[in-house]
Formats: sequence, C-alpha cells, structure tokens
Amino acid sequence: MTTFHTYDTVIVGAGGAGLRAAIEASERVKTAVISKLYPTRSHTGTAQGGVCAALANVEEDSPEWHAFDTVKGGDYLVDQPAAQLMCEEAVDAIYELEHWGLPFNRTPEGKIDQRRFGGHTRNHGEAPVKRACYAADRTGHMILQTLYQQCVKRNVRFFNEFYVLDQLMVGGACAGVVAYELATGEIHVFRAKAVLYATGGYGRMYKVSSNAHTLTGDGPAVLFRRGLPLEDMEFFQFHPTGVYKMGILLSEAVRGEGGILLNSEGERFMERYAPTVKDLAPRDMVSRAIFQEIKEGRGDGPHRDAVWLDVRHLPSDVIEEKLPDVTEFARVYLGVEPTTELVPIQPTAHYAMGGIPTDVDGRVVVGEGETPVPGLYAAGECACVSVHGANRLGTNSLLDIVVFGRRGGKHAAGFCADADLPELPERPEGMVRDMVDGLLNRPEGANAADIRGELQDSMQELAFVVRTEESLRKMQEILVGLRGRFERVYVQDAGRVFNTELMEVVELGFLLECADALVAAALARDESRGGHYREDHPLRDDANWLKHSLAYREDDGSVRLEHKPVKLGPYVPMERKY
Amino acid sequence: MVSPRPDGLGEILEDSDLRAAGAAHKVALTLKIRRYNPEVRGEESWWDEFEIQADPDDRLLDALHQVKWYHDGTLALRRSCAHGICGSDAMMIDGKNALACKVIVRDIAPKVTVEPIRGLPVLKDLIVDMEPFFAGYRSVLPYLINDSGEPDTERLQSPEDRQRFDDTTKCILCAACTTSCPIFWGDEEYVGPAAIVNAHRFVYDSRDEGGKERLKILSEKTGVFRCRTTFNCTEACPRGIEVTKAIQEVKRSILFDRF
Repeated sequence: MTTFHTYDTVIVGAGGAGLRAAIEASERVKTAVISKLYPTRSHTGTAQGGVCAALANVEEDSPEWHAFDTVKGGDYLVDQPAAQLMCEEAVDAIYELEHWGLPFNRTPEGKIDQRRFGGHTRNHGEAPVKRACYAADRTGHMILQTLYQQCVKRNVRFFNEFYVLDQLMVGGACAGVVAYELATGEIHVFRAKAVLYATGGYGRMYKVSSNAHTLTGDGPAVLFRRGLPLEDMEFFQFHPTGVYKMGILLSEAVRGEGGILLNSEGERFMERYAPTVKDLAPRDMVSRAIFQEIKEGRGDGPHRDAVWLDVRHLPSDVIEEKLPDVTEFARVYLGVEPTTELVPIQPTAHYAMGGIPTDVDGRVVVGEGETPVPGLYAAGECACVSVHGANRLGTNSLLDIVVFGRRGGKHAAGFCADADLPELPERPEGMVRDMVDGLLNRPEGANAADIRGELQDSMQELAFVVRTEESLRKMQEILVGLRGRFERVYVQDAGRVFNTELMEVVELGFLLECADALVAAALARDESRGGHYREDHPLRDDANWLKHSLAYREDDGSVRLEHKPVKLGPYVPMERKY
Repeated sequence: MVSPRPDGLGEILEDSDLRAAGAAHKVALTLKIRRYNPEVRGEESWWDEFEIQADPDDRLLDALHQVKWYHDGTLALRRSCAHGICGSDAMMIDGKNALACKVIVRDIAPKVTVEPIRGLPVLKDLIVDMEPFFAGYRSVLPYLINDSGEPDTERLQSPEDRQRFDDTTKCILCAACTTSCPIFWGDEEYVGPAAIVNAHRFVYDSRDEGGKERLKILSEKTGVFRCRTTFNCTEACPRGIEVTKAIQEVKRSILFDRF
C-alpha cells in the first residue's frame, strides 16, 4: 500500500540546516519535514566547539577577515562571493539564535563570549583571533535544541523515522520524494513543488569516524542515482583529534583554549609545521602533520600510531566550564583523566566538504553553467555551495547550516508561491517498491556488515589523509567488487515493523554511491589541495586544478567527471602558510 | 617499551600506553535481551541470549551491533551518534536505565541483561513509542518566550544568570530519567522528569518571560507535585543533570514565588 501526501515544500533531514529551513519555509507555505531520526537525534547536536561570527565582542574583528580566513583555509577552492556572504550574514545569524534563546557563554559584560579556533585569524593571518561563539563544548547541541524548540513553537509538521529513498522528477523539475516509514514498512509518496535536502554527511564510509552511524550520504546518493552531479567529493576533512581507535571527536576548542599536541618524544611538533599559529593551524595541515610524525616513527601507543593531546596545564575552571563534555569522553571511552594524563588521539573522518552543488540560495545547480533544477534545493553538509572549498575551517559548518538553511528555506518557499503543483510520474513509488521487495524476498546472499566493514577498512587504508594514484586505483577495484556483492546482499529480517536491518542495508548502498564518486574524483585530481593530499603530487596546481569537480553516475555504472571554474574574488591564491 | 621522555612525561605516557594496549584481548560477553516482535509472536515477549567475543573497550552498543550484524538481523534498536549525545539508545541495562553507547564492555562482562526502557509502549525489541514522551515535552512550552522585542544585537545576560540554568541545558531528551520514574510507570498523565527539566531550562533563564505560564502548567495535577523524590531520574541521567534538584526548584518556585 502506498500513502500519498501533498505539500508545497518538503525538507529532508532535521539537523541544523533542515530545521532552520523549516522555520523559514513553514511560515510561508505548507511544509513538511521528513527525517529518518527524531530531530533531536541529528548529528548537528554533536558539534562542540563553537560557531564563528565577527561580533568583535572580545577582540577587534571583521567579517572581511573571517572571509579571508575561510578562503585561505579552503585552499582557494572556495567560491569567494559565497564565503563573503556567509561571513557577513554570520553576525545577524548569531544574534537570531541568541534571540531564540540559545544559551551562549557570556563575557563579564553579558555579551556573547568568543574564543579561538583553528585557522581563524586577525587581519589576514597575523595571529589567532577570538571569533567562535560557544555554549560550553556543546554548541551544536544547543543550536539543534534551539532550532527544534522554534519548530515546536511553530507547530512544524514532522514525519519522524521516515527514510527518503527516491527523488521524483518530471520534465527536469522536482515533483516530490518517496519515503519508507520505519514503523510500518509503508511507502509514502510526497508530492511537492520544492524539496530541500539537508541530510548531512557520509563519514561512515571510513572506519575511524566522528560521524554517527546514520551519516550515510542519503541525500547525495539519491540524487546521484537520478543523474544529478556531486561536487568536490574528493575533499573530505579528517579532524586531527579523534579519540584513539574510536574516532569520537575531541573538539578543536581544546586547542583553542590552550591544549597542545605532543609526539612520542614529548615534543610540541606543530611548532615545526605552523610556526605562527602552531596547534591552531587548519585541520588538514594538523592531520597531515600527525601522519608525518607517525611515519617518521614519533607516533606513540602500542602500535606507534597515536599522538597525544595535552591539557594538563589548563586551569581546572577552564576544563570544567568550557570543555566538560570533551573531558568526559576521555574518561568514559579511554579511561584517561585528562587533567593529569595525556589523551591518545588520531585523525578521524569528520566532514564532507563536497556534496550536492548549490548556489547561495540553496538551489541545486547542474553543469558548468550552473543551471538551477526547478524546485530542488540542498543545504548544510550534504550541499556544496562552496564555502568550504578544499578544507573547512572549524565552526564554519554550524555557520553554514544556519546561513544557508535560512536562505534555502526562504527561496524554496518563494519558489512555491509562484509554482503550480507538479504532476507525479507514473507509478511514482515504483523504484522504492521494487528495491524494498527485492531485498525482502531474497532468500540468501552476502552479509551487509562484511561489505560495510570492508568498505570502511579499505577507505581508511587507501583514501584517507594520504592518497596516491596506486591506492585510489586499488580502492576503485575494491569498490567494483563491493558493489557486485551488494547486488546480492541478504536481509534476514523479512518483517515490516521497524525493520532497521533493511534500512541499514539501504544506507550501505548510499555509502557505496558516495564512495564511488569520492574515489573517482580523488583519482582524477592529481594535485594536493586542502583535505585532498596526493603523496605522488604533493603540491597544489592552480594552473590545472583551480576548479571544482562534478561527478555524474552514468547508465553503465561508471562515474563521469566534469569541472567548473571556482568563483574568485578579492583574494588571490597564494601559498598557504600559518 | 617506553623511550626516554622529557621530565615529567615518562610515567604518564607509560600508564596511558598500558591502557591503550589493554584493548588487545577479547572477552566473552553474554547478552540476555528481552525481545518483542508483534509480527512474529504476537503480544508475547521473550528472552534471547547471545554469546559473543568483545573488545573490553567496546561499548555495549558495539556488542549489540555484533549481535544484530552477525547473529540475528531482526534485533531492533535505535542508535545514532554512539557517544552519548544524540540520546537514541536509552535502554534498561542490568536493571538500570543508561545509554548503550556509554556502557563499556569491561564494566558489564561476562553477562549483561538488556531490556527496553519502561513506561512507554514497546513496539519491537528495544524500540518503544516515544510519542507520549515528546508530548510531555511539548506540553511545557519548551521554547524561549519573550515578547519585549528584540535588540539589534544580543540580549545581555550576566555569566551568573547564564550559569543559573546551565545544568538543565544539557538534556538530550533520551527519556532515561522519565522512564526510570516509578510515578511515570504508574501514571501516564504525569509529564515526567524530562519535561520538567526542559521547563526548568526556561523558567530560570533571565531572558524568558513565560515562567508563570509554565509554572501554572506544572502546578496542575499532571505536574511536578506527582514527584516523590525517589532520585531514580538523577541516577539515570547520562548527562549528569541533577534532575531531582531541578524538579525541587520548580516546586519551590510554584509554592513560594506566587506566580
């Protein structure tokens, strides 16, 4: 049985970007939010350190400095007008969150307090600047809670634990989505003038990741399968300070508050790699530095593959008031007391810079000419505006979701006001129905956990912080094999009620799509830039590669790549030193 | 195995080395899980036992995944972030509510009993119907109420005023507190500890003007005076919130602040 719904705007995902878009759209047009989780479970809630805006509450600052840092931090692959706009709108976006009740930490004068974060500097790189607004080390939690509270206040319509599995297109325009209801196994068709994807990242393709189990690239994969491009997929951020082996994030705020990194010799090695900002260099540089230290034999721990995060010298009130959660992670998951002991860390797959290509209004755009797809929108980590370029600066993800969630939601609602309700294609639920029935009726086959485990292990080994042509070619071969096995994957649970096994298998399929695009784009890009480091091509190559990648799924299963120029601006690409 | 270090580092590094090295040995873990699946056995619930080998540093959630991925794919549970922030995987573990991702195998081996949280209708295995819980949350107006107009920049708030409600901002709505409360088990009308915690978060926020309205809601028969201070909620909270204290503060405000 299929249930049909009709809305003006459908928002897919209920993290920060989706909720912010929902607030905007629901005030204007009939809006539904479809989320595979209860909204407060979304991964925005795990962001810790802060959200940057040049409020200048503590030190002199300007949105222009913020924009410069964002562009330089992104290794000049950032679309500069988008970054300028984001950093200018940042200030009002923070005040808006405060007006909605977000409990920011305060200065003695009662203003929003600010602290240092990696790559954020005063006057184009002179010294670190206090730009990150924060609520202890649970800033993301407070943003998610605050936005959800505003949705409760506005009676936003949620469909919780519904998985969007297909995008409906008619005549090249959006017609709605098809979703699977976890509680009942029912399929729902949502006819809609506009659909905004805000499904987050896909870090679960790696073994060591800070990402939730549910971050499986659903939105990008659904659109990729429908022939839409994915932009800059080769750029994935590996956060330097993940809990050893587990990958749980230990916020950059730890270093913002004065924590330092040590190698096995007790040396503060970042002084050699980034003499000016040291431990507060951008994440890609710190992660590579850690790799280099380990490679040269200065890693520690039983396998010599960890370095240390040291906060023993910080005042106890800083640790208790500003870093309580991070401290607790070390205690619970490592059995380490960070006030007196060193914390073993290693880089962890953290954030997708790439994703669904959009303009600054959240419109999905295709091709070199950036033609908008009528009615189709994306925002947040699943989107690529591109404000993060080749490497996102810490805190800019939380900024991205509120700025572009708002812009996308507003534009989508405006689009709906002028658009007619689209006709549905014939048998709109067909693809999803066939996929679900196919999986449930297969009597035996491959184990999904084995496929997932091999994907994660091999991506970790071959497409992580350091990549080569050889490693990526090998990864491509592995992916062909994994996709073949996935065609025969077996679901033991044949039921309709809360068949979480079925949805985990579908999510694995999404991860494989995203990994395919990532590896193809990484193999083609024979340069090093931001989060994409090719050991066989260690230098940035602006002559050939100052351009975005666009990956398309072809009918024969291969990935085709196109490129489009970076939108430049006032900042001329220069060597990235800190 | 520890190379020479600068002053003061040697002992500590060695200590942490040993902890990290401890991960190498697996331990046997038996999971006794309360099952329920209306499609398979109707309204009857039953127990299943699974024996696995687990890393002592693993989370109980990892062990449950091992069961689901390699022994019984039909096992249903909710989870997402796996490090105690999203609030998806509250369960009754050896008789006490906790998040499966914050319980470590070495602390529960060789055997652990896992059941769904109590007081909410079980839908399948460890999954319960969260709607009554969220209805309680929504009933206390869990959002900032301030009709005095917005300044061009931020509203000012002193660090002390900000600190006043810090504890209750930590709530992740996992329901561990509410479903550990014997009053809630017996009376589905009671809004429960989590809803009160979320009311508290606004009642004591100096920027909020909706305190009276919320306290009125909480003074009704479904509200705070149902609480009998058994402290189950405080013990159950995976975020360390002093839930009972927050409830008592709300009670006092209703009694003495003459709203």
